[in-house]
Amino acid sequence: MTTGARQLISGWGRYPVANAVVSRPACLDDVTFPADGPLICRGEGRSYGDAAISSQGLVLLTGGLKRLCGFDATTGVLVAEAGMTIGDILKTFVPHGWFPAVTPGTKHVSLGGAVAADVHGKNHHRDGSLGNHVSELELILADGSRLRCGPDHNAELFWATVGGMGLTGMITKVTVRLVPIETSYVSAQHFKAPDLETAFRWLDDREHDDQYTVAWIDCLSRGRSLGRSIVIRGHHARRDEVAGRGGSALSVKAREPYHMSMDLPGFVVNPLSVAVFNHLYYVVQGRKSRPFVVDYDQFFYPLDIVGNWNRLYGKRGFLQYQFMIPERDAEEGVGRVLERLAGSRRASFLAVLKRFGPGNPGPLSFPDRGYTLALDLPMTGPDVLDLLDELDDVVLKFGGRVYLAKDARLAPERLRSMYPRLDDWLRVKHVVDPGGRFSSDLSRRLGLNPVPSGHPR
Amino acid sequence: MRKILIVGAASAIAFETARRFADNGDELFLVARNRDRLEAIAEDLRGRGAGRVETLVLDVLDYEGHDRLLALASERLSGIDVALIAHGTLPDQKVCESSFEETRRELEINALSVISLLTGLGNYFEKQGHGTLAVFSSVAGDRGRQSNYVYGTAKAAVNVFLQGLRNRLHRSGVRVITLKIGRVDTPMTVGFTKDPSWVQPDRAAAGIYRAIHRSLDVAYVPWFWRIIMLVLRAIPEKLFKRLRL
Repeated sequence: MTTGARQLISGWGRYPVANAVVSRPACLDDVTFPADGPLICRGEGRSYGDAAISSQGLVLLTGGLKRLCGFDATTGVLVAEAGMTIGDILKTFVPHGWFPAVTPGTKHVSLGGAVAADVHGKNHHRDGSLGNHVSELELILADGSRLRCGPDHNAELFWATVGGMGLTGMITKVTVRLVPIETSYVSAQHFKAPDLETAFRWLDDREHDDQYTVAWIDCLSRGRSLGRSIVIRGHHARRDEVAGRGGSALSVKAREPYHMSMDLPGFVVNPLSVAVFNHLYYVVQGRKSRPFVVDYDQFFYPLDIVGNWNRLYGKRGFLQYQFMIPERDAEEGVGRVLERLAGSRRASFLAVLKRFGPGNPGPLSFPDRGYTLALDLPMTGPDVLDLLDELDDVVLKFGGRVYLAKDARLAPERLRSMYPRLDDWLRVKHVVDPGGRFSSDLSRRLGLNPVPSGHPR
Repeated sequence: MRKILIVGAASAIAFETARRFADNGDELFLVARNRDRLEAIAEDLRGRGAGRVETLVLDVLDYEGHDRLLALASERLSGIDVALIAHGTLPDQKVCESSFEETRRELEINALSVISLLTGLGNYFEKQGHGTLAVFSSVAGDRGRQSNYVYGTAKAAVNVFLQGLRNRLHRSGVRVITLKIGRVDTPMTVGFTKDPSWVQPDRAAAGIYRAIHRSLDVAYVPWFWRIIMLVLRAIPEKLFKRLRL
């Protein structure tokens, strides 16, 4: 295995940046851990903050580990190396009528990273997060031993790994269920919700809900129209819904993404441009009130059309802030955050609201019954970090939590309040990685390493 | 459904290209040095829908094995439509500068073994009356530069050999494609600092797949290297020798 190249790496938000030593094994047999020092895996680098970067020790790039190890065409169960991306899966299996049971908003994520973040999709309220559809993981632990785990064997390790931010060991293989689809299209529909209350109501009623449902919020609107939004819903189109279209019902459009070859200057994303974009989006998208058919790429991965849209925010990067608040207080909590945000005159290009169904046993898994809101904020300096600290207070007050896969700045003491089962996780971490070898800039920032004295705090 | 031979199938770019063939349901015969790696790749391609996948473990420096390779591939696939020669190493230029032994080894791997394979395959395709020979070369073969001229020498030799072979086999209906590949982010190049001219293996594979599909003679992968190399080749030697390239 080639080791030792130094490289500046960052998460998708491009803040913070780490000067890291990286290595890139070409195949699983090639994977060897150095004798000592910290270690973390990095797939496609699509977590936003510092989860997949490390300014200490080694960063193992898993991009070369993406072979398909087996597929059962009767059950849809796929075994693949952890570096395989959702995009690879789509390209290969959509033409045969299969789709990932859970997919995040970009297809450029590795399976291993997706498990480590326990990603969710627009269907969480019905189908749960990715961890709910994984039946086995193969890991290489800190001592070099290889181990399999699943919800029915080595379950504690399995659930500590689902959402465990890559800190329990190196995920090498993932066994995951795909679901059958009749067509590669989605039958979608948009509804204009004039305010937050309506958006919340629609996300939770039968008339507006579907297999996949989210609300896009215009977060610059204030006062009575605070939280005005477009509720977007859809389901995998049945064959009769795409009748009359030419070509195969399971066709995959080979759409080469447009690549931004340079950063836009930081001022391009400013309150005015965002306001204009949001207003246009509200008006244009709000018109699509009758069901329409789109290909899966447009529905699930609208941002993937620009290969590296993170450059939109310029060199300093941006912060994504995603939190969830339990059902009972969700509307009030989300409202407070939106008010605070609108009051700060800061604009989030995208704000997406979604209802979560029940969580899973993963102690660090993010989704849980309630509502989640995701915001993008340009990194303009310490004032943004201060604002996010304030938002943390609101989230905590309503019993919520933030999503670690998007985080770059949470304070460790708040993590403990947000994830009450943290000690369960630390107990497993202590058993499988007593020396705390698997660690990232995120884990060191948040104190997710075992305390050397022998017992977790 | 085509019958495709790939030598050096474990290379990241070759593997990505093979996936495209597999998605298309083609039949594949894969050759690589490392058995485990080869088997893992074969399993992947089968899962993706390749019509069939056969493998052979062989070190390309085993010249005697080349005849066996050709015989076995053509027998197992009952014919070969496309042969993709993808193996290669990236020499450590600094080591080569002080060691002829090392230089010779690199030339063996990157030039002579390729020429040996092309000799057998060229005759086979000529007799068969059709076929496509697609060979991994490099933009490094377009002009000698101090940073990698041993590698460049090997690739330049391959380029000229391919030109001649293309000329010779043209009448027989055999296509010969020189793939001049630019900088690709693979295990072979992990030690390099990557600027925006670097691309991922799947993007390179897309270019290669297209070149084979369109039966190009010389393809730059990705395409923009054609412009870069045009400029680089146009610089007078008098000036070029002063540059640090």
